[in-house]
Amino acid sequence: MENSDLVTALADLKEEEALKIVEEKLNAGEDPFKILEDVRLGMEIVGNHFANNEYFISDLLYAGEILRTVTEKVKPKLATTKETKRLGKVIIGSVAGDIHDIGKNIVVFMLEVNGFEVHDLGVDIPPKKFVEKIKETGATIVGLSGFLALAFDSMKQTIQAIKDAGLRDKVKVMIGGGQITEEIRKYTGADAYGKDAMAGVSIAKKWVGAE
Amino acid sequence: MEKKWEELSSDEKQEVLFQRWLSPPDIEFASPQAEKLYKERATRIKDAIQLKKLPDRVPVFLIPSFAPAFYSGMTPKEVMYDFDKVNMAWKKFYMDLQPDAHGGAVVPGPGRFYDILDYKLYKWPGHGVAAEHTYQCIEGEYMKADEYDALIQDPSNFFRSIYHPRIFGALEPFKKLPPLPDLAEIYGEAGSFVPYGLPDVQAAYKALLEAGSEALKWAGYMGAFGKEITELGFPSYQCGATKAPFDILGDTLRGTKGIMLDMYRQPDKLLQALEIITPLMINIGVSATKGAGNPIVFIPMHKGANGFLSDKQFRTFYWPSLRKVLMGLIEEGVVPFCWAEGGFNSRLEAITDLPKGKTAWLFDRIDIAKAKETLGDIACIGGTMPIPLLTIGTPQQVKDHIKKCIDTAGKDGGYIMANGAFFDRVKWENLKAMVDFTKEYGVYK
Repeated sequence: MENSDLVTALADLKEEEALKIVEEKLNAGEDPFKILEDVRLGMEIVGNHFANNEYFISDLLYAGEILRTVTEKVKPKLATTKETKRLGKVIIGSVAGDIHDIGKNIVVFMLEVNGFEVHDLGVDIPPKKFVEKIKETGATIVGLSGFLALAFDSMKQTIQAIKDAGLRDKVKVMIGGGQITEEIRKYTGADAYGKDAMAGVSIAKKWVGAE
Repeated sequence: MEKKWEELSSDEKQEVLFQRWLSPPDIEFASPQAEKLYKERATRIKDAIQLKKLPDRVPVFLIPSFAPAFYSGMTPKEVMYDFDKVNMAWKKFYMDLQPDAHGGAVVPGPGRFYDILDYKLYKWPGHGVAAEHTYQCIEGEYMKADEYDALIQDPSNFFRSIYHPRIFGALEPFKKLPPLPDLAEIYGEAGSFVPYGLPDVQAAYKALLEAGSEALKWAGYMGAFGKEITELGFPSYQCGATKAPFDILGDTLRGTKGIMLDMYRQPDKLLQALEIITPLMINIGVSATKGAGNPIVFIPMHKGANGFLSDKQFRTFYWPSLRKVLMGLIEEGVVPFCWAEGGFNSRLEAITDLPKGKTAWLFDRIDIAKAKETLGDIACIGGTMPIPLLTIGTPQQVKDHIKKCIDTAGKDGGYIMANGAFFDRVKWENLKAMVDFTKEYGVYK
C-alpha cells in the first residue's frame, strides 16, 4: 500500500506540509480518526528510521513536536474516543533523585508509537509510587530511567520495593540511561537493560510476546 | 632580542605557557620531593599532549565531581557551605590517591552565592535534592525561540537584562535595565539611568554585591587551595573552562529540545547566534590561561555526543563553531582539553581537521582502537574509565580495563588514563587501583 501524503510528510518531518494537509483534510470533513491513523503510521516510520540509525534524538524531538501540534488540531474534532488495541501496559519513570527526562521521554515516545499504553510517572519518582502504579494499572512492564550514577542505587531500591510488595513476579523490569551497563543491570536486579530507546521497545515487545 | 607575545607563533606561545607552567612563579614547593614530583608530572603531561617526545609513562588523572567529599565522609551540602571543609577534603583526596594532576576544588561551588541569587538553573544538595546528592540541571528554555535577534544584536545586554533575570531570581528586576549604549555624552540626558533608581532594581544590586562578596571569599579559598596543592607537587589539568558554542545555546539557553527544533525551524538564526558566541568562548578560555599561568583549558562537551545529532547536523551546527573556538585558543598557545561525555565513536572522522599536538581529547564511551587510529596522529587521547566499573567493579577489573586501553591505544605516547564522566560515590580501592596500576603498567621502556 502506498503511503498517503500525510504519512510521508510526517515521516520526512515536513512540519508545514503536514499541518497544511491536516487542515485541508479537516476542512474537507475527513474522519479525524482516519487522520490520526495516518499520524500514527507516520510516527511509526519515524520510529523505524530512529531504530535504523537514520534519525537521531534531534529528529525524534522534532517529530514529537510535530505530533503534538497535529494532534492538537485534530483532537477538538473528535466526537468520541475510540479504544485502540494496545500491546501492553508499561509504567515508566526516572528514579528517585534523578530529574533527567530526555532519554525517558524518547523511550515513552517510541513505546507509544509501537503500540504500548505508557504510564509516564515523570522524574524523581520514589519507589512507592512505582509500586502504587503497578497495583493501580496492572501493568506488566516497568521501565526505570536514570542518567546519574546515583540512579544505580535508586533503581536497586525501587526493584526491592516492588519485591517487598509481592509484585516482583507480576512485572518485568527494564532499566536504561547514560551510564547503564550489564553489570549495573545485575547490581540492580532488573530483568533487562536497553542501551537505547529501540532496545527498550524490543525488550518490551519480547515480554508481551509481540515479536 | 625577545619577541613580543603577538609576534610569537602559536607553537612558541604554547611553549611559553608550558614553560611558565613547568616553573610556576610564586610557588614555594613543600619539599624538594614535591618539586621533583611536580616537574615530572607536568613534563609527562606536556609530552603526552605535544606528541613530540615519548613521556616516561602514561599520565593518570582523576576528574571527580563530589567524590572527594564522600571520600572524607562529608556530604556534598557540607562542602558547598564550608570552604575549609572543601579544601580539606579535596587535599586529602589528591594526597591519598596521588594522581598526576589536580583539577582544583571548584566543583562544589559556593552554596550561599546560589542562595543569595536564587539560582534557577540547578537543584543542588539541600536545595531541591537531598544533602547527599549532587547538582542536577533543570532543563528549560531560558532563552525563548523568538529571542535570537536580541542575543545576536547585543549579547551582553541579552545576558544581563534577559538571561540573568531568568536564571537568578534575585536579579529579576534587571529586566528593567536599559542597554548600555545610550546618550550619556549629551548633558541633560539622565533618562536611561532612571531604572537604576527603582527600589526593586536597587535591591537586586544589593543582592549582586552580596553575591560578589561571597564569590570573592570563595575565590580566595580556591586560590589558596590551588597554591597549596601545587606546592605539594600537583600540576593542574585545567586553569578554567570554556564550551562549544552549540552547548552554550543547547544546554542552558534554548535547552536540548529548543535547539533541536531550531535546527529545523530557524537554522539561519541558530548559525548566526553560534557565530556571535564563538569569539566570546575563545575569550573566556584565553583570559583563563593569562591569569593562571597554565595552558590547559577544560571543555566539557555535551550535545555533540553520539545519537543527539545526525552526522550532517554535527558537521553543520556543532563542529564548525567548536573548531573555531579550538583554533582561536590554539592560536593563543592554549591547549583545549576536550572532555567528550557520552559516546563519541560516530564523530571521530569529523574532528580530525586539527593541527598536531595542540589538543587533548578525553572520552567517556569510545572504541579506543578506532579513536587511536583516527585521532592518534594529531592529538593526545584518553579517558574511557567507565563510571559503572569504578562504582561496582573490582580492582582487578579496573586493571584489566587499563591494560586493554594502554595495549590498544597507549603504546607510543599521546595517551592519558582518566575517567570520561564525573563520579561521586565509587569504590575507593578501584580509584587507587586505577592510579597505581597506570603508574606500574603505563611505563614506557
